[in-house]
Amino acid sequence: MSPRPETPHLDIDTVLDNPTTNVLVCCGSGGVGKTTTAAALAVRAAERGRRTVVLTIDPARRLAEALGLSTLSNEPKQVPEVGAGGRGELHAMMLDMRRTFDEMVYQHSTPDRAEKIVANPFYQTISSSFSGTQEYMAMEKLGQLAATGTWDLIVVDTPPSRSALDFLDAPQRMSSFLDGKMIRLLSAPARAGGKGLRRLVGVGFGLFAKAVGTIIGGQMLADASAFVQAFDTMFGGFRERATMTYELLRSPGTAFVVIAAPEPDALREAAYFVDRLAGEQMPLAGLILNRVHPALADLPAGRARELADQVEQAGNARLASAVLRLHADRVDRAAREQRLLGRFTNAHPSVAVTQVAAVAGDITDLAGLREIGERLSGPGRAPVESAALG
Amino acid sequence: MWPEELSRARLHVVTGKGGTGKTTVAAALALALASGGRRTLLVEVENRQGIAQLFDTSPLPYAETRIAVAPGGGEVRALAIDPEAALLDYLEMFYNLGIAGRTLRKMGAIEFATTLAPGLRDVLLTGKVKECVTRTGEDGRHLYDAVVLDAPPTGRVVPFLDVTKAMADLSKSGPINRQSEGVVRLLHSADTVVHLVTIGEDLPVTETLETVTELDAADLRTGAVIVNRADPRRLPARSVESAADGRVDRVRIRAGLSEAGIELTDAQLDGLIEETVEHAQLLQSSEAALARLSARPPDGPAEPLPRLELPEMLDGVELGALYELAELLAGQGVHSNAVPRPSRVAEAARR
Repeated sequence: MSPRPETPHLDIDTVLDNPTTNVLVCCGSGGVGKTTTAAALAVRAAERGRRTVVLTIDPARRLAEALGLSTLSNEPKQVPEVGAGGRGELHAMMLDMRRTFDEMVYQHSTPDRAEKIVANPFYQTISSSFSGTQEYMAMEKLGQLAATGTWDLIVVDTPPSRSALDFLDAPQRMSSFLDGKMIRLLSAPARAGGKGLRRLVGVGFGLFAKAVGTIIGGQMLADASAFVQAFDTMFGGFRERATMTYELLRSPGTAFVVIAAPEPDALREAAYFVDRLAGEQMPLAGLILNRVHPALADLPAGRARELADQVEQAGNARLASAVLRLHADRVDRAAREQRLLGRFTNAHPSVAVTQVAAVAGDITDLAGLREIGERLSGPGRAPVESAALG
Repeated sequence: MWPEELSRARLHVVTGKGGTGKTTVAAALALALASGGRRTLLVEVENRQGIAQLFDTSPLPYAETRIAVAPGGGEVRALAIDPEAALLDYLEMFYNLGIAGRTLRKMGAIEFATTLAPGLRDVLLTGKVKECVTRTGEDGRHLYDAVVLDAPPTGRVVPFLDVTKAMADLSKSGPINRQSEGVVRLLHSADTVVHLVTIGEDLPVTETLETVTELDAADLRTGAVIVNRADPRRLPARSVESAADGRVDRVRIRAGLSEAGIELTDAQLDGLIEETVEHAQLLQSSEAALARLSARPPDGPAEPLPRLELPEMLDGVELGALYELAELLAGQGVHSNAVPRPSRVAEAARR
């Protein structure tokens, strides 16, 4: 199975140039090259004349340096070598989730109260190691950047979660942790929840609360409870912002690109994500299939292996047979990649796709990012179709 | 090669950076250790159902399930531990919650409790693993000759295994605390080893080395480093460097081909050469990364690490490929020291 011939092509430059597109969200599961792709898209957009900011999450050190970022920087910093001359500019920042969270707390509270919250051990756990915090803070930062109105295009990298869906769900999940219902149930189950709930879980909840208290210790519960009380007044503000960001993601000014590597897990996640975006009525631009290995010579794998056998029988031309066998491996790999993509396009025939050939080695400078940008906006197909089909 | 002392371990923890194929390697290891009449248990803890996908079965329930027969009459069972279910089990054991447990779960109360104390989640998971490792059958023998744990990725594995530290978050009394002492003993004993899966790229190798240092500091034993998707070494070693520089001896290739009576078009030859250059570049950067695994400190590890290699499965990892990988591990010395179990057929004949 190879991709359907009628699969629409994702034209990256059209997406980047569209003046009504102000937010470009790059999502996909971990390890597919999302951060690098986001950076390359931002560089390209800036050099095509747009005032661009890229919000990166946890980039590899050398990629960060290529963008002029050596530490977490919660405010965008201009990358001087990009887009010089024209209107285009590139600014980059690396999300500092703890600081973003602290700033939110200070903004929505009195200084006194904010101090108390930030010093609370439970807040420290939530703001640094809760599994959805990074996602939540990325969305918060996106909302802040959009609110300034100074950017033509905001390119957002999403956190390196296992599942591509995490960042859509995190704010909601986090909200339900912070809205205090649960902690009130645990710390004072008799008073919370109303009669209906008490009847529903009955005496079990009292026991559960007691058991949790025994297991995790009274201090932890007391901290959590103090935190929730202090947090209570801000909660409305938090929720309102999360809702605004969610609406921003659904607005026509936003485009999502889903990035996948040609691996079953990554494409499965991409498929879930595409379905989910459709369900939420969020605008999908298309799929970037990253790091493909198109065959570059028109010679089927089986034939290349036969020839390699012949060469080996005829004499000792090791280089010639090695080159043929390398090619045969590559054709097999390309065929597998196209088969995997074919499964995706069959299930999602209307999703536009572009393919990006793998680059050897890590991307460590702007030249590397420009090269990825070239490949992103290229025809996005294996140059030798027949060989790829093997 | 696989050092003999690893064959005595009963808990094999497998970690690696995301995307290195740690679940695949864990599954192949479980198969290799089960071969020759042993029984192993493959455990996952991240709610991913990665094992079920790999073995192409329906999602695993929270119960040990037989998933494969190993060469030479062994078997592999699998278990996906769900921390919420594990917590409910505990509570059920000590406090009779009845059906309220399910409602609590639906409300998110269990998730909330495990989030309040992040250590709790890990303690519950390792507690269940320990129970599987130490459980004995009717014959008094350990039910499993080896347990292979598909553990959290390198960034999180040491906090995950460092139960002592996690317990500091929790209450000093109570049932979980008592049980955790046994878990600590097991994880820090010679019965437990931590294997690291990497591929020939910079970041995974860096994470591997960092994790080795962290494991040492936490007094946990490092097992083998398994280099996954290793290059099949098609290109003659002396050609790699020049090819990576873009110099591939076109004349020599043509000569070698025509010696065998083969003529390729210029376009075909161009393509082959370009592919060879790309391959050599990749190979060179991967060899440079892997060299750090055997370098001396400060770049490399304090002690040389036993290293195993597995090739990339170009057709993808299906059940057949897992057996192939297991065989390749066995070929590098991987086995279990446990006495083989009588096969079912032999047992039936005796009765």
